[in-house]
Amino acid sequence: MDIIKIIAGLLSGIIGGMGLGGGAVLLIYLKLFENLNQIKAQGINLLFFIPIAAVAISIYAFSHLIKWKTVLKMCLSGIPGCISAVMLRGALGGEKLGKIFAIILIILGISEIIKGFLLKRSGKRDNIKKE
Amino acid sequence: MKKKNLFLLGTGFLIGVVNGLLGAGGGMLAVPVLNKSGMSKKEAHANAVAVIFPLSVISAVTYLLRGEVKINEALPFIPAGVIGAVLATLILKKISPKALKIIFGGFMLWAGVRMLIK
Repeated sequence: MDIIKIIAGLLSGIIGGMGLGGGAVLLIYLKLFENLNQIKAQGINLLFFIPIAAVAISIYAFSHLIKWKTVLKMCLSGIPGCISAVMLRGALGGEKLGKIFAIILIILGISEIIKGFLLKRSGKRDNIKKE
Repeated sequence: MKKKNLFLLGTGFLIGVVNGLLGAGGGMLAVPVLNKSGMSKKEAHANAVAVIFPLSVISAVTYLLRGEVKINEALPFIPAGVIGAVLATLILKKISPKALKIIFGGFMLWAGVRMLIK
């Protein structure tokens, strides 16, 4: 098997298992390195995430980290959200979705970098308080 | 309490739309939502995966039914992905969220720009 595919899968699993957007990693790989169309890449990404999430959830549930009531509430409205996205997906098409995805990545990327730097500062403040 | 439920339901719908529309990104939305609903960061990350899992199953079914993807196209990535997910649960407690955010943020920014100019 292609080593780059293994690395892409491994990194996506790590980031996805943390709930940090592992989907973005595999999607980026599929789009930029395998030149797949946006909708196919999205479908592969979703299928990929299912077993990964199942493993991660089992481990988190074993550590009593999952709050099922909250999860259930979000899923109750999330499922109709997924179904309504089907029509939107068809209307927009792969090319527009690709651009939307790229813009979201840029916004999220900037926001994560800023949050990362802010975290550093608040961490320092906490240390000072503790001292 | 009612406000919190409404907040969870509203954001749940939005996360479902993003998950179905883009096939990714739901987790990144779910983490701050769960954090705001009173969970610790670690809990928010774990519960985000639990929220996204059933939504990804539903979304994936819609892609399969429309013939947009085939199951075997995802198979080559899954074994390494499962190992990665196990590693994630082990290192979630140890990894520095600051470094992770800055590195991952930089990667997303780079990829987004490349996709736009491609």
